[in-house]
Amino acid sequence: MNSRFDLSRRDVLKAGSAMVVAFSLVGASRSSAGEDPVAKPVDLDQVDSFLSIDDKGAVTLFTGKVDLGTGIRIGLQQIVAEELDVPLAVMSTVEGDTALTPDQGPTYGSQSIQIAGATIRQAAATARSALLDQAAQRLAAAKTDLTVADGLVSAPDGRRVSYAELIGGKSFSLKLDPLAAPKNPSLYKVVGKPIPRRDIPEKLTGRFTYVHDFRRPGMLHGSVIRPPALGADLETVDENSVKNIPGYLRIVRDGNFLGVVTETEWAAVRVARELKTTWSKSATLPEQDRLWDHVRATRVIKDDVTSNVGDSEGALAKAKTRISATYDFAMHTHGSIGPSCAISEFKDGKLTCWTASQATHNLRKQLALMLSLPLESVRCIYVEGAGCYGRNGHEDAAADSALLAQVAGRPVRVQWSRADEHGWDPKGAPTLIDLKAGFDERGNITVWQSDFFIPQGAAGNVDLIAATLSGKPRDNLISPGGITGDSAIPYQFPNVKTVCRRLETTPLRPSWIRTPGRMQNTFGNECFVDELAAALKEDPLEFRLKHIDATDRRGRELLERLRDIAAWKQGPAHSKPRASGILTSSILKGRGISYVKYELVRTYVGIVADVEVDIGLGDVRVTKVFVVHDCGQIINPNGVRAQIEGSVIQTVSRVLKEEVMFDRGMVTSLDWATYPILRFPELPELVIDLIDRPTEKPWGAGEPSAAVVPSAISNAIYDASGARLRSVPFKRAKVKAALQSI
Amino acid sequence: MKIALNVNGRVQEVDVGDPSTPLLYVLRNELGLHGPRFGCGLGQCGACMVHIDGEPTFSCVLPVIALGSRKVTTLEGLLVDGKPGKLQQAFIDEEAAQCGYCISGMVMRAQSLLDAKPHPTDEEIRNHMATNLCRCGTHIAIMRAIRRAATA
Repeated sequence: MNSRFDLSRRDVLKAGSAMVVAFSLVGASRSSAGEDPVAKPVDLDQVDSFLSIDDKGAVTLFTGKVDLGTGIRIGLQQIVAEELDVPLAVMSTVEGDTALTPDQGPTYGSQSIQIAGATIRQAAATARSALLDQAAQRLAAAKTDLTVADGLVSAPDGRRVSYAELIGGKSFSLKLDPLAAPKNPSLYKVVGKPIPRRDIPEKLTGRFTYVHDFRRPGMLHGSVIRPPALGADLETVDENSVKNIPGYLRIVRDGNFLGVVTETEWAAVRVARELKTTWSKSATLPEQDRLWDHVRATRVIKDDVTSNVGDSEGALAKAKTRISATYDFAMHTHGSIGPSCAISEFKDGKLTCWTASQATHNLRKQLALMLSLPLESVRCIYVEGAGCYGRNGHEDAAADSALLAQVAGRPVRVQWSRADEHGWDPKGAPTLIDLKAGFDERGNITVWQSDFFIPQGAAGNVDLIAATLSGKPRDNLISPGGITGDSAIPYQFPNVKTVCRRLETTPLRPSWIRTPGRMQNTFGNECFVDELAAALKEDPLEFRLKHIDATDRRGRELLERLRDIAAWKQGPAHSKPRASGILTSSILKGRGISYVKYELVRTYVGIVADVEVDIGLGDVRVTKVFVVHDCGQIINPNGVRAQIEGSVIQTVSRVLKEEVMFDRGMVTSLDWATYPILRFPELPELVIDLIDRPTEKPWGAGEPSAAVVPSAISNAIYDASGARLRSVPFKRAKVKAALQSI
Repeated sequence: MKIALNVNGRVQEVDVGDPSTPLLYVLRNELGLHGPRFGCGLGQCGACMVHIDGEPTFSCVLPVIALGSRKVTTLEGLLVDGKPGKLQQAFIDEEAAQCGYCISGMVMRAQSLLDAKPHPTDEEIRNHMATNLCRCGTHIAIMRAIRRAATA
């Protein structure tokens, strides 16, 4: 029994260690300094991979999931502190260090709490059970009679032993036990509480270290010069054009990869701006004005049928009346406020890269592939950056810095420019959706059919720009994210068929950006549901209640609470009595609803948006948004609220304003003037109703509330004006055209 | 070349190799002040915002040699005895940061409003803050924080 806690290096190594850890790092917060590795397990089935308790009782959580500014760090700590019954003050976290943390997949898809949190909870429950076994022996008491508070185990007779005494600094050498019972939620003291994040005071006082602030001894600066058009070849580089810039060191040219290394950061900026280069002509992009023709003409390589009930083709043919509509959704950029940045260092042929990547374990593999290094020779260490909202440029900046550091022989920090980020981060793919429905003679809906024209691929690795430009090995994948989600609908009709038509290509390198596919698909679906309700002259909220699965109590409760908090008294959309004759105002007001059961298996969100439409200018303003949100067990309500606020505001911005602009060669929206986002005067008011279900599983909250925003706004514009906006973004020209077409 | 800078109440001499270097780079890399941040280098987003003689200014586009003897205040300069100042504390109390990359600029911008007008209306806050971008969608929490500081 005792041997379970004996630390022997050999045992640890036998248990399946990856390599490397300094034990001095245990207990360090967030990121380690990257010195002198010693062994530590990182396998997904080992308790030691996730948790350590030192001889002072400090608890360290090791997780492959990283806090991208969303607050999951405190959320995951709450889960561990709750299971172990330790104070939050003794907790710290090491995130996304590939040498120290288990590979729990990229931090995306609203999965950190839902998936990784469940594993971590199980690791903590296993650890607690093992600690209590030990304590029972030490205290000669029955395990079931023991109680724990603040890391101190007490027997009924009052004798105590601390976790530090039981395990302090030693390894658990235990597999995760799927049968270890987690704590009963009725006993929770920490989970579900609005515990403040610890990073926020540091961020407000300038003491926080972002990746942009990270420095290495002897570090140089670097920047990259990209082709002026996608597919252009580098012809000439005139080094003399920059040799006089103070701090200039050298150019690094490798195929079409062109970078510079300098002594100072400003020199790197100047050289990138002033270096004279010539490139071949290239025009690989479609004309932006004809983007949707291009998408429709792109070869379909396969159909993913995401739902199929009855015989939709036959039902459409037999329908008494039919309606159809086409929706489209523009390309968006992630728009991180801090352009991507990374630091790479080679030592003895081994690469260490400090990066804000949301997927350090995958990045490690990509860097090893690009550089033809064994995986063991690459270590990625997460250091928080600016919010990324998906796969932005962080990984590409990491690859840039690795190539430059390899040549420079010293650590190199690469800071992308604003134009690098806007121009070269991968984009949310353009989405085109055809929807059809049929009614019988009594006005019942008999069929729903939809086709989603979206690129092939999933949430795999997005190729590194440096690898592509230098012709080095890469995955050669199109990875737009899991964009088929929410193409199927939560409503029940006799015949339903939803098909994702997977396109061979898409104009710009795609990746996932908050709520990938799920936002676009929900936009089409929830607007078309509104069109059906309007065609039947039914209240759109009651229509949804009527058609969701009658046994889905959570969906029903959510919609009913939404009706209450929004004081919804609508009737059919765009049917309220309005001033007849001459309009007394050019501002029309309306409200729209939208609903999602995320990917049909998790978080429920219902939303009502109030809008004002200026029919003279074609401007749309979202004035107020009501959200009801059910993500099951809430770990930290502050975190959930912040994610909802962020999702709603960011998506209002995307829907009203955002569109990646391009010519035949390259993205042309390269700054905040050409790619404007929401500013303070355009902010809506927000009312949030959180449904907490402590005894249910915790589900994700980072994305689902974004899914419903575009459709709610479109539906509200229809309610206000009778105009259907079927094309995101709802810019002036489109709004005016839609108003004129009524 | 060596120039003297008055930053957060202290005059410091810095060696600037390239006279075109913007103030932001000197603050961050020579003086180690990580409050002001690089966001666009174009004066479009406000992540780099500092006060110059009390006026909110984009430090990313201001050549350091153009500064002269004017006084620079950064986020760090709002600390009182090493502790968060009133507005900083209001942001902390409201958890008005997600990634927080924009937040130094937001605080500096808002501070300039409160310095001129201790009790602004919501509309005045929104209009004043229009120069600064946030991508996480923290705006509503930022509004709460500014209101909190204004009424405290």
